[in-house]
Amino acid sequence: MRLKTFPGGVHPPDEKKYSASMPITEAPIPQKVAIHLSQHIGSPSKPIVAVGDEVLTGQKIAEATGFVSLCQHSSISGKVTAIDRYPNATGSSSLAIQITGDGADKWIELVDEQNFMDLPLEEMKKRIGDAGICGMGGAGFPTLVKLSPPADKPIDTVILNGVECEPYLTSDHRLMLEKGEEILQGLKLIMKILSAKKGMIGIEANKPDAIEKMRLLTKNEPNIEVVTLKLRYPQGAEKQLIYAATKRKVPAGGLPLEIGVVVQNVGTAFAIYEAIRYKKPLIQRIITVTGSPVVKPQNLLARIGTPFSELVDFCGGTKEEIGKAICGGPMMGFALPSLAATMGKGSGGLVLLDKETARLNEEGNCLRCARCVDVCPLNLVPCMIVSAVKYDNQKLAVSSGLNDCMKCGACAYVCPAQIRLVQYIDNGKIRYAEAKK
Amino acid sequence: MQDKYIVSPAPHFHDKTTTKNVMWNVVLALIPALIFAVYYWGIKSLLLTLLGAVSAMVTEALIQKLRKVPITVSDGSAFLTGMLLAYNINAGAPWWIPVLGAAFAIAIGKQVFGGLGNNPVNPALLGRAFLMASWPTIMTAGWAKPKGGILSGITDPNVIAVNLQSLSPKAYDLVTGATPLKVAQTLRDSSFVSSLSANAGQGVEVANRIFTNLTDLSALKNLFWGNIGGCLGEVSVFAILLGAAYLLYKNIIEWRIPLFYIGTVFVLSFFLAPLKGSGFSPLLPFFHIFSGGLMLGAFFMATDYTTTPITKSGRIIFAIGCGILTVVIRLYGGYPEGVCYSILFMNVLTPLIDKFTMPKAFGRVKK
Repeated sequence: MRLKTFPGGVHPPDEKKYSASMPITEAPIPQKVAIHLSQHIGSPSKPIVAVGDEVLTGQKIAEATGFVSLCQHSSISGKVTAIDRYPNATGSSSLAIQITGDGADKWIELVDEQNFMDLPLEEMKKRIGDAGICGMGGAGFPTLVKLSPPADKPIDTVILNGVECEPYLTSDHRLMLEKGEEILQGLKLIMKILSAKKGMIGIEANKPDAIEKMRLLTKNEPNIEVVTLKLRYPQGAEKQLIYAATKRKVPAGGLPLEIGVVVQNVGTAFAIYEAIRYKKPLIQRIITVTGSPVVKPQNLLARIGTPFSELVDFCGGTKEEIGKAICGGPMMGFALPSLAATMGKGSGGLVLLDKETARLNEEGNCLRCARCVDVCPLNLVPCMIVSAVKYDNQKLAVSSGLNDCMKCGACAYVCPAQIRLVQYIDNGKIRYAEAKK
Repeated sequence: MQDKYIVSPAPHFHDKTTTKNVMWNVVLALIPALIFAVYYWGIKSLLLTLLGAVSAMVTEALIQKLRKVPITVSDGSAFLTGMLLAYNINAGAPWWIPVLGAAFAIAIGKQVFGGLGNNPVNPALLGRAFLMASWPTIMTAGWAKPKGGILSGITDPNVIAVNLQSLSPKAYDLVTGATPLKVAQTLRDSSFVSSLSANAGQGVEVANRIFTNLTDLSALKNLFWGNIGGCLGEVSVFAILLGAAYLLYKNIIEWRIPLFYIGTVFVLSFFLAPLKGSGFSPLLPFFHIFSGGLMLGAFFMATDYTTTPITKSGRIIFAIGCGILTVVIRLYGGYPEGVCYSILFMNVLTPLIDKFTMPKAFGRVKK
């Protein structure tokens, strides 16, 4: 049988060998955390604690400031020591609440709702909002927003994203293997909230054990289907996943809910399950710490706000010089200037590259070879957008697809002239967004 | 934490393909043809090729020095242009022909437009057009005889040695002195045909006989393996296909352009090529796709990245256009061969083709 996929795309080496077989291990509770106020798409959270306040593990320390926003919780118990700028997971710095732990890890009170499936929908949504859950695949869109579609847009299908098409990362893979049952509960909760009839779990073909596991769990679930997807980047991009699984196309510039679909990451589904059943806020997640310089690559269950340096130390440190440190995967992740930054809700991986792999190549002239055109999953003309941006031709840039681009990086990956297409496109997006104002 | 790592925008991974290895791989793919050329026409083939390549590299380096831009001759693109230019001349040409041609190709065909990636037409073909216009006799006569064969590739001894010589010395000269395509073109000229013999009817008969022999299986075999007269790169279909297979396998060239180009020539020549009175021959389309520069052009020239459309449908339109023009020039034009000018012409149309074949973005509905 031919595996489902989308048109275009690339096939980078998957490099999952480092950590795919490593079971999820709990990382030690950090001495100090920095919880960023902006770990998501939308307006930053507003602190509700002051320097000197004592906080418990799981206590809400910052509030959402609107519909598209998120609340934040302390991931350790201790004292608030500063609310200041701190290096973040995108390679820059932003406001964060810094907490020094008391070593006791005293939790807020959790519940264990036996009949969590029968809770009123409003209560379910409230618990998701209170838990501060955003999409855990990387983009960090507040989950509650996705679960509140307008009344005139009925949702019939929920797709769980277990594709994990970024090279190196194995956190979703391990989560499916070890917490498959909980993920399935999460999916059912999402389907219930949206009153969607069909559930799908999309997994790339390089994770046969996870596919088998989820198939086994859904054997008696006639309306939930596990979809095996071809190994191809960016298979896990929302629009590509929806197309591969359902053959429906999200309109350009539109949202999946317009075609009756909602996509959630498997990690998000797990967090939703924990939030609704235990009222547990999102204060920890699975992060893959990997790459050839890491002594013992692992999948860690770590607290949000843990400095990356501590995670690397827990993995035995490094055995060769680090060329680049990436939060997320190598295709769309952010390069970090140092390991001082702290992990956020969207940090699925910390990938260290050696000097040779990290080396930047000199940019040459565009050959018009059209490799970028051939691989673009959104059917754009990347080289044309880039030259339009270079020569400041806004009209041509937009007509070649500037605003459609999701910055997956497939074009820059294949460019023989080493042109950093995504960088130019990003510049264009920023420049012309400013021009519009 | 003093560590400072490299910070750059995503993606942080890159495919191994670079401009440099694309160019040198194409050079590598052209080597089989060079080996065949040396075998049939002697070591001079190699010398001419090297002269072309070196002249191209020197010209590029000089101009880049004058322009005060980084010198990039090591990327192999100039070497490739010089090599392709040399493949467009015959082994009998004097040494300065590839030198001048390659220098023109690089200077006027490429560097004046800003170098790699900015040239509107294929520089090697422009260089060839320049040589054709400036020294037409050198470019179209004085063909080097292949080792153990004759220029036209006709092998039937009956036709050549005995009958033709006694029957019509003029026909004998034609068959032994010109490339297969030139013979085919000349035979289409009715005044030539009637001059073949005092008896008009016999002239036509001789012409038909030569034509049949030109396009029969043994002649095709010669075209395939390279026992004919022609330019260096036209030597053998087999050698070109070998290189082309490598490039296709390496994903350096794409199948659309060669397939539609050669396919168009095949189909059109089936209907248009038969000589008056000679009737349809199933082998005739093979004669047209095997002879001249079509194979070299379709796999190595019309697939040039810079001068061909970037859209998939655009490439097909480009290739079909090349095919139609090639057949039209060969059958109705003043030149025996039309590959060079067809590709040049379609190169110029490329921006227009691109403009009208822009793909529709994923999820976008036509307004």
